[in-house]
Amino acid sequence: MTMVSIVSPISNGYSTGPEKIGSRWRAFARTAFPFLVVGGIWEIVAHLGIFPQRLFPTLEDVAITFVQLTISGILPHHVIETLIRLFCGFALAGTMGILIGIAMGQSRRAEDIFLPLVSIGAPIPGLAYAPLFLLWFGLGNLSTILLVAFVSVFPVIINTWTGGKAVREIWVRSAKAMGSDDRQLFRYVILPGTLPYILTGLRLGLAQAWRILVAVEMLAAVPWGLGWLIFGAREFLNTDVMLAAIVVIGGIGLALEKFVFKRLEDYTVVRWGMMVS
Amino acid sequence: MRPIEIRDVSLIYETPAGNVPGVQSVSFQIAASEFVCIVGPSGCGKSTLLNIIAGFLTPTVGEIRIDGKAVTGQGQDRGVVFQDFAQLFPWRTALGNVAFGLEMQGMEKNRRETIAMEQLGLVKLEKFAQSYPHHLSGGMQQRVAIARALAYNPAVLLMDEPFAALDALTRDDMQRLLADVWRKTRKTVIYVTHNVAEAVYLADRVVVMTPHPGTVKTEVLIRLPRPRDPLSVEFLDYQRQLLQHLGQHAAAG
Repeated sequence: MTMVSIVSPISNGYSTGPEKIGSRWRAFARTAFPFLVVGGIWEIVAHLGIFPQRLFPTLEDVAITFVQLTISGILPHHVIETLIRLFCGFALAGTMGILIGIAMGQSRRAEDIFLPLVSIGAPIPGLAYAPLFLLWFGLGNLSTILLVAFVSVFPVIINTWTGGKAVREIWVRSAKAMGSDDRQLFRYVILPGTLPYILTGLRLGLAQAWRILVAVEMLAAVPWGLGWLIFGAREFLNTDVMLAAIVVIGGIGLALEKFVFKRLEDYTVVRWGMMVS
Repeated sequence: MRPIEIRDVSLIYETPAGNVPGVQSVSFQIAASEFVCIVGPSGCGKSTLLNIIAGFLTPTVGEIRIDGKAVTGQGQDRGVVFQDFAQLFPWRTALGNVAFGLEMQGMEKNRRETIAMEQLGLVKLEKFAQSYPHHLSGGMQQRVAIARALAYNPAVLLMDEPFAALDALTRDDMQRLLADVWRKTRKTVIYVTHNVAEAVYLADRVVVMTPHPGTVKTEVLIRLPRPRDPLSVEFLDYQRQLLQHLGQHAAAG
């Protein structure tokens, strides 16, 4: 490995020397610490009985509920339904967002058309559109998926567009000097050159999608879904169910970030030195 | 290898303050396999001229002919190396960068990678074929850029101050390496620099340009055997001669 001496300090987490494992444990402990503190305070408050047990369950109760709901298959069913909606909506947003964003970056006319719409649309909270979508597309999956797509498309568009503008002129010049035609220039230079921004846009878009989805599931009267699970549990004061569902929502968000986006970035833009991990 | 002819080339920049001549009535010829350096102070139009030859700029008047054929736009008959290290594609390995031009031609993978590997060998970077540019030093990146520009076998190599952003020691190494590459490939080279010693070290002939407007002031043939010794009396004489050509103008301007 003659390369080792010049490898930049960016790469981490790949080498598994003993000192690395030690530092990993330390990092884990650092991350876990605030959760342990909050959990401890929660337990004390719950066991002191300041609030009614039904409204402020102990963590043991939440854990038991979580296990029961999981074993009975109810929680997995909710999770799967929510994830399907998330991926349908987000796939739509990702595809449309990248296409529109790249068009805006490449063509002045597309920019003139879309930029004003995007500038006005992006800052409006997604939930504001929810009643409109429910009236237009009815209660249920269709309006939920379309709303998720509509809300999460904005960050994808904006970041892809910015990335298109940030493609270095010298890459374009080099590629043209080496005989690229327009199609090749797009595929081999513009697209990979924009990728760091596209990934950022997708990541922000997914976060948006996740937020709006849970909220709109409460409104759209879908029979299954984590948002609905939380909302439905309100009627029976099942705060343990609510908290279990909230934990699952947080866990899924974290997993998408760690196992999808982090990996995708490590494999592409981080490996290329275009983004620091 | 084919000769290159620069025929009465002028380029006028249109600015809000009026028309500014970038280069004016530049004519000279370059023989096949000749190494020509263009030197001059900043603003003398040497980079503009190189960009015209590369096809990034269109001259207002005049034309560039390669082997008697007028050139328009960019093309694989010319290879270009820029000063900026960022010219390499960060998402491609050194090998992928060097193979790029051949890939654009539609050459199949095995063949183009074999050729790219040979070119990397020419700049002594075979071992780093699978490295991404951000893992390479500035000097190595510029060597990859040279290999990349040579890989599709252009008639002429155009170089715009490729070593200007390197430290002095690396620059000396790179000049030796380039002289060596040139000896092996016998490419026609047009090399823009503001460094007089570099020009004397590399060139068969030095074209001296002066600014306002950018024109060719004179040409100096470097009649020194290679490899050249930068500390020899003759070498320093040539350097002095070129500096006088440039200095006279500065004194007058």
